[in-house]
Amino acid sequence: MSARFKIGDRVRIDDRDPPVHHRVPRYARGHVGVVERLCGAFGQPELLAYGGDGDPAQMLYRVHLKQTELWADYAENPDDTLEIEIFEHWLSPA
Amino acid sequence: MTNSDTPPAKVHDLGGEPGGAAIDRAERAVTFWEQRVDALLVLLADRERRIMDVAELRRGIESLGPEAYDSLNYYERWAASIASTVVEKGIVTQAELDQRVAEIRARKTAGQ
Repeated sequence: MSARFKIGDRVRIDDRDPPVHHRVPRYARGHVGVVERLCGAFGQPELLAYGGDGDPAQMLYRVHLKQTELWADYAENPDDTLEIEIFEHWLSPA
Repeated sequence: MTNSDTPPAKVHDLGGEPGGAAIDRAERAVTFWEQRVDALLVLLADRERRIMDVAELRRGIESLGPEAYDSLNYYERWAASIASTVVEKGIVTQAELDQRVAEIRARKTAGQ
């Protein structure tokens, strides 16, 4: 399937919390990172969680974020990072 | 932070919340019943059966409610979620499940 983003693109994770099962932790919502790799296309957890087949499948990205971007009061090494896998329908260009 | 005005975290979404006590990192043996619960999910989710998806397992765990979520351990949460999912799908009825639990309780009581 075609991918909206490529390695190195800056992306913002949606700041939303739909009242269904999804895979995006609260601390990551609304934050900006860089696409580290494309993991492939997978069924949407929001649909698979309710007995659906997960289609249309969505591209999954590994997103690389700075810890200082995630935590305003981050007091450890400022070069620390986090990588988290986020589906395309949760990302927008940043 | 952009998400500071969002509602309090859901019970399962704890990243960034004050942690309280330090995490117990001690290794412990996995018990036989825990292995059986794990095996049960593997069978329900395999490519042949596709009765249950891991996303459904997660949905069931996240739907337990704060009290049950906090009082159950890891595989107890799995067992509760698997049970509610197979009942929801009509594979096992609640009455069958209740009857089996009663039988096991009676057996355990008799064995004491």
